[in-house]
Amino acid sequence: MSKANLLDRRAVVSELLRDRKGAFAVGGLGASTYDIAAAGDHDRNFYLWGGMGGAVMIGLGLALAQPALPVVVITGDGEMLMGMGSLATVGLQQPKNLAIIVLDNEAYGETGGQASHTGGTADLVGVAKACGISDSRAISTMAEVEAFASSLQDVTAGPRFASAKIDGTNLERVLSSRDGTYLVNRIRGSIGHTPI
Amino acid sequence: MHARAETAASWPEEIFSILQRFEVRQVPYVPDAGHSELIERVLGSSSMRGIALTTEEEGVALLAGAWAGGQRGVLLMQSSGVGNCINMLSLVQIFRLPFLTLVTMRGEWGEFNPWQVPMGSNTQGILELSGIKVLRASHPGEVREVVEAGAAQAYNACTPTAVLLSQRLIGAKVFTK
Repeated sequence: MSKANLLDRRAVVSELLRDRKGAFAVGGLGASTYDIAAAGDHDRNFYLWGGMGGAVMIGLGLALAQPALPVVVITGDGEMLMGMGSLATVGLQQPKNLAIIVLDNEAYGETGGQASHTGGTADLVGVAKACGISDSRAISTMAEVEAFASSLQDVTAGPRFASAKIDGTNLERVLSSRDGTYLVNRIRGSIGHTPI
Repeated sequence: MHARAETAASWPEEIFSILQRFEVRQVPYVPDAGHSELIERVLGSSSMRGIALTTEEEGVALLAGAWAGGQRGVLLMQSSGVGNCINMLSLVQIFRLPFLTLVTMRGEWGEFNPWQVPMGSNTQGILELSGIKVLRASHPGEVREVVEAGAAQAYNACTPTAVLLSQRLIGAKVFTK
């Protein structure tokens, strides 16, 4: 079901994280977590294997706790739709170091490719903007991905939101660790916290 | 001693002091009348950030991110909000979070609104089925002790804990025309 002019999800994520410096990356459950793993494992990768709808809020908690470091939430349209209220919460908090990017294939790829609302009537960029995330944009080229990737490093001008329409082809799964306690303690360790 | 000791702080004030002492930084909440004094104190505080949510499950995810980023938090909600959290409570076990929530109870003591009763009756059971220890305070005089114990075991022992602030403590909401 490959369409022309759609971005390759792995190329998008690999560009977002290529020069990440100290950034934290939070992935929504499903394909966006595999995309982050495919771009290379990292101490500050926060892979989600569940908690659907929670990715943006995890990013917000992290961003408020670590305001000097960039936090990027990379998730899918289905996961974002389930946590749409969290865009209103982010809009209210205005975390300067938080960026959210939705890899939008207009479908629930993990469960058989059923159509999602974004292929029909829902416009997530419009939702984010209306929730008070004024820097909200649709991305359709790799040049725009590159610009978004470098803007992540500026922790004084967020929050940011982007939606990139991507090719819906299911790619080979790249499996990250799914031990949550290990992953969280690894992130904490990377900022100098020892286990209790 | 006089029954109305002028030095005694209100129980919401006592909770606020405990949260300060445990260095709580992020306080996500869905407003509730029973939490209104505490929410006001949090929003006026320089060391804590009150974070208004659209639904309670957002708070569970927020606290996971806060913990990963090195901060403690507490989720303030009403009993009906516990139902909204169920799937997201998976994160508490998966990440072994030092999770603390303070839940104001409805539907259990002189309730006027029948719609509060089903969830109020199931709040404790749902929390326990989700792997969360439940403590309860029913009288103003025991709030400090109970919240202190809850905070200590949550933050020191990573033992997820909910403190139920009973409707008997808060008083049933009065509905007037």
